[in-house]
Amino acid sequence: MAEIQQQIAKLFPEAAFEQGDKLQITIPDAQWHKMALTLRDVLKMDYLVTIVGMDWQTSMGAIYYLMSTATNEEVAVRVQTTDREKPMLHSVSDVWTIAEIYEREVYDFFGIIFIGNQDMRRLFLNIDWKGFPLRKDYDADPEINPVSIENERQTDFTDVYTEGADGKVVKGQRRIFQEDDFVVNIGPQHPATHGVLRFRTAIDGETIKKIDIYLGYIHRGVEKLCENLTYPQTLHFMDRLDYFSAHNYHHGLCMTIEKAAGIEISRRAQVIRVMMDELSRIASHCLFIGTYCMDLGATTMLFYTLRVREQILDIMEKTCGARMTFNYDCIGGVMQDLHPDFVKDVKALLEVLPANIKEYNKIFTGNVIARKRLEGVGVLSREDAIDRGVTGPSGRASGWACDMRKLRPYSIYSELDFDEIVLTEGDSMARFKARMLEMEQSARILAQLVDNIPDGEYLVKVPKVLKLPVGNWFTMVEGCRGVFGIYLESDGSTKPYRLKIAPPCLPLAAVVDHITEGTKIADLITIGGSLDYIVPDIDR
Amino acid sequence: MEITTKSMPYEAWKDNEYIESLVKQLNESGTNVIVGSFDKLINWGRSNSLWPLTFATSCCGIEFVSLGAARFDMARFGWEVARSSPRQADFMMVAGTIVHRMVPAFRRLYDQLAEPKYVIACGSCAISGGPFRNSYHVARGIEDIVPVDVFIPGCPPRPEAMIYGIMQLSRKIKVEKFFGGVNRKESQEEFLKNHPIEGVND
Amino acid sequence: MQDLSGITNWIHQTLLSFMPQWLTTTVECVLIGVGLLLVYSLLALFYIYFERKICAAFQCRLGPNRVGPFGLLQSFADMFKILIKELIHLNHIDKFLFALAPYLVIIASMIGFAVLPWGNGLQIIDFNIGIFFLVACSSIGVLGILLAGWSSNNKYTLIGALRSGAQMVSYELSIGLSVVTMVCFAGSMSVGDIVAGQDRLWFIFSGHIPAIIAFLIYIIAGTAETNRGPFDLPEAESELTAGYHTEYSGIHFGFFYLAEYLNLFIVSGVAALLFFGGWMPLHIPGWDSFNAVMDYIPSFVWFIGKAIAISAIIIWFKWTFPRLRIDQLLALEWKYLLPINLFNLVLMVLVITFGWYL
Repeated sequence: MAEIQQQIAKLFPEAAFEQGDKLQITIPDAQWHKMALTLRDVLKMDYLVTIVGMDWQTSMGAIYYLMSTATNEEVAVRVQTTDREKPMLHSVSDVWTIAEIYEREVYDFFGIIFIGNQDMRRLFLNIDWKGFPLRKDYDADPEINPVSIENERQTDFTDVYTEGADGKVVKGQRRIFQEDDFVVNIGPQHPATHGVLRFRTAIDGETIKKIDIYLGYIHRGVEKLCENLTYPQTLHFMDRLDYFSAHNYHHGLCMTIEKAAGIEISRRAQVIRVMMDELSRIASHCLFIGTYCMDLGATTMLFYTLRVREQILDIMEKTCGARMTFNYDCIGGVMQDLHPDFVKDVKALLEVLPANIKEYNKIFTGNVIARKRLEGVGVLSREDAIDRGVTGPSGRASGWACDMRKLRPYSIYSELDFDEIVLTEGDSMARFKARMLEMEQSARILAQLVDNIPDGEYLVKVPKVLKLPVGNWFTMVEGCRGVFGIYLESDGSTKPYRLKIAPPCLPLAAVVDHITEGTKIADLITIGGSLDYIVPDIDR
Repeated sequence: MEITTKSMPYEAWKDNEYIESLVKQLNESGTNVIVGSFDKLINWGRSNSLWPLTFATSCCGIEFVSLGAARFDMARFGWEVARSSPRQADFMMVAGTIVHRMVPAFRRLYDQLAEPKYVIACGSCAISGGPFRNSYHVARGIEDIVPVDVFIPGCPPRPEAMIYGIMQLSRKIKVEKFFGGVNRKESQEEFLKNHPIEGVND
Repeated sequence: MQDLSGITNWIHQTLLSFMPQWLTTTVECVLIGVGLLLVYSLLALFYIYFERKICAAFQCRLGPNRVGPFGLLQSFADMFKILIKELIHLNHIDKFLFALAPYLVIIASMIGFAVLPWGNGLQIIDFNIGIFFLVACSSIGVLGILLAGWSSNNKYTLIGALRSGAQMVSYELSIGLSVVTMVCFAGSMSVGDIVAGQDRLWFIFSGHIPAIIAFLIYIIAGTAETNRGPFDLPEAESELTAGYHTEYSGIHFGFFYLAEYLNLFIVSGVAALLFFGGWMPLHIPGWDSFNAVMDYIPSFVWFIGKAIAISAIIIWFKWTFPRLRIDQLLALEWKYLLPINLFNLVLMVLVITFGWYL
C-alpha cells in the first residue's frame, strides 16, 4: 500500500491520499486518464471491480475500485466535479473495457457524462426518462415519469462526447448497427435470455455479427430504495437480486455493516453462514446445470438437478422458513438457530451428491452432441476476462484465479481446506465444468464443517437503532456467479447515505457481445447460458 | 351447481366469494339445456387444458420452474405444455416484478395472447409492487396494465400456492359461458377501451 | 393368421348387391375417409398423451393423471380447447399462404396414411410404387413449413423455416437412400409385397448388417424429418421461441401440433414396414408352434404396436439429447450419413447378389 502511495505521489503531485478500509486516492479529473494508464501499466491494476457513482451534494463524482491480479493490491480512486448542471468526467473505457458499461450506469443514475466513452446511452432507464434517479435531488413524483404502455422509444444512434484539442467538449453521434444489417430482436420475453434481458442481434444468415444489449427490464431501483431504509431493513433486498446467491449476498452486506459498526459475531454464526453459503452454491450450480441443459434441448437434466436442489431447499426451509427469499443472515449473526435436523440432512445430502454429479456427467458432459456444442465455443481469454471483469466460475474457467474466498478470505474461509477450480480452456465447456467441479469443492467444505459446528450464541446483541460512523466501506464476497461488491457510505445516521451494489452478472452480460461475434445463433444460447447471468442481479 | 375440482372437497373452495357470486348469478339467469351442455363441454376442455406462457421476470419464475419439476409436477393437471409463443398460450403467469420499461412489452404480450386469455398475478411484486413498491421504476401492481383473474400472494409464493391459484383459475373458467354472453368478455373490452395504445386498434 | 380382407370384401359385396358400382365406390371412399380421419385424430391424441407420459417417466414425474382415468382424457381436453381458441388475424402477412400452410402440413401427413399397411388386408391402396409415394408425399410437409415461416412476416419464423428447409432437403436424402437399400432387398416397391416378403423372417434379421445400418440411419434421418429433438432446430424453443409456427394460434397451431405427432407415426410406421415386417407377426423359421401363437395376435395390433414402440425410441431421443447446431446438423448428414448410406447400399447389393442373407 505504502509503495503504491509513494509511486503515485511521485508521478502525480496533485493526488491526495486517505487511508480508509482501502487506500483512497483523490485526483483531479484532468489527471485521471493519465493516472489510469499508470495504474494499469505500471502498478498492474488490471481489474476494475466497479465504478461507484456518487452525489456528495456539493459535488458529483465517481469512485473507481481497482484490483491487481498480479500483486493482489487494491486501491480506490475518487474523481469528482462540482458542476451539477452538466457534470463531466473523463472516460477510462479505453483503459479497462468494462468501464464502458459501468460508466453508462453512472451516467444513467447520476447524469455524469464521460468524455471519450463510445456509447453514452442510458443503461437501465428509457431514453426519455426525466431526471437521474440516484441524485439526492431527484424528484420521484410518479407524475413526471408515469407508467406508460406505449412502446418504448428506440434509437439506432448513440451519443459520443469527444474533447477537442482546445478542451471543448463536442457531442457527436455514432450508429450502432450498419444500415443494411438484419437485426433480430431477442427478448425481453424470450426463453433463452433467462429473464427479461434484451439483445438486439445483427445476424448474417445464422452468424451473429453484433449484439447490442439492452438492460433495465427488471431494474427495480434497489440502491435508491436502500437510502430510505434503516440498515437492517436494507438486508432483505439481497435475497431478491441474485436469488440463488441469497445467502452469499446477505453475508456480504452483513459483513460490511458489521465491519462498519465494529460488531464481532460469534464463531457459531460464522460457521452457519459459511455452510449456508456453500449449500446455496450447490443449489445454484444445480439449477444452472439443469437450465443450461434445457436451453440446449436436453430437458430431462433439469429434473434430475432440481431433485438435488429441492433437497437443499428442504434443509434451508427447515432452518430459515422459506424456500427462496430466506432473509437469514442478519446484522450480528443469523436470524434463527439451526433446525435440529440440520446436521442429519446435510449429511444425507453429502451422501447423495457425488452419485448425482456422476450421473450428470454421464448424461450430459460425456455426450458427443453436448461436447460438440460446447467445446471451443465462446472462448474467453484470461486477459479479456480480467479486462472485462468476468469473475466467478466463468472467469476461473478462463484461467483467472478470482475466487474471493481465496484472494480475500473472509469469515472462516481461511481455515478451510478447499481447492479453487481454475481451468484454462475458457470455452463454454470449461465454464460448465468449472461449476460441476465447484459443487464438489463446496461439498468438501460442508463435510469439514458439518461435524464441527461450535456451540455458542447465533446472534450477538446489536443496538436496536443501528447508527454507523461516518465513512465508507467496500467489501467483496464470492457469490455463486462471481465477485459481489458492496459499497457503503454512511453520514452517521441510521440510514445509508449510499449503498452501491456491484453485481457479478453485469460484466457477464456485457461480455456476451465480445465472445459471440462470428458464432451461430444457437451459440448465443450456449454462450449466454454458460455465463449464467441472473437478470435481476444485473438490473438491481 | 358446485364448482369444484376433482378429488378436492368443496369445503376447500367455499371461501372464494367471487366465484360463489358468479355461480349464483348464472344459476339465477338460467340456461338452455343444449347450450348449457355445450358450455359444459367447452369449459371442461378449457379448464383442464391450461397452457402457460413461459414468462418470468424474477424470483417467482424460479418457483414456477420448481412447480414443473418432479416434486410438484404441474403436468398432473396438464399445465406443463409451456408455450414460448404467446399466440398459443392460455394464461400468463406474471411471475415477478413489472417495471416501467417492461410495461409496454408486457402489455404487448398480453395483447398477443389468443382469446380466451387469463392472467395470474403471482407474487407480491405483481400484485402491488411488493417490497419495491416505493421505487421510482416499479409498476405498483399489474392491475392497471392488464385485467387480472387470480392473485397469488407470497414472496415468492410456494409452488403449492401456485397450484392452488391455477386451480382457482380453472374453477373460474368452469363458470364461464361460451354461448351467449361471456362473463369476462365485456369487462375486457371495456378495459381495452379505457387503456388504449396509440396506433393499435383493439 | 386372420385375413381382414374377408371383412372388407364382404362389405364391398353387400354394398354392391343393392347399389350401382359408382355409388359403391363413392360410399366406400367416404367410409374410408371418415375412418381415416377418426384413426388420425385418435392416434394424434393418443400420441400427445403418450409422449407426455413417457417424458414424465424419464423425468421421474407422474405426467397427466387428473383428467379422466390416468389422465387419459387430457389430450381430449386440449383438443376441445384448441378448437375454440381464437384464430388471431395478423396484419402485414400473406394471408392466403398463412392460412394454407397448416392445411398443407396436415394433408401431407394424411396422404401418407393411405399406403401404410395397417393389417392383413387392411390397406387402403396398395400400388406398385407405394413406398415411393410415401416418401414423396411426406416431403410435401416441408413446403407447408416453409410457407408458414415465410408468410408470417416474422424474423424468427423465417429463420425457423429456412432451417427446416435445409434440414429436410438434406435428410430426405438419407431417408430415400435407406429406403432404397431396403427396397433392393425386398425386390419390390409395393407395400404389400414388402410385407409379404417378411413372412419368414423380418428384414432387420434376414438382412442383418446392412439392414441394421440402414435402420439406424433411417431412424436418425426420420427423427430429423419429423423435426423432433435433437433435430428440432426449426422450432428450437430456446432459440426461436416457437420456430416456424410462432405466429399461429388456435386450431392452425393445433394442425402443426398434430401433424408433428402424425409424422412421427408415419416415420415409425415406415420403419416398422421396412425393417420389422409391417403387420407381419414375429416368425422364427423352425419354431412352428411359436409362429402359430404369434399369428393369433391381430395384424393391426402388430403394426400399430411396432410403430408405437419405434416412436417411443424417437421420443426417448428427444428427452435425452441436447440439440444440434445447424452446421453440425448438416455436417452429420453430408459428411457421415450420406457416405455411410452409399456404402451400405453397395453392401446390400453384395449381400443380395451373393445370397448372404438369412
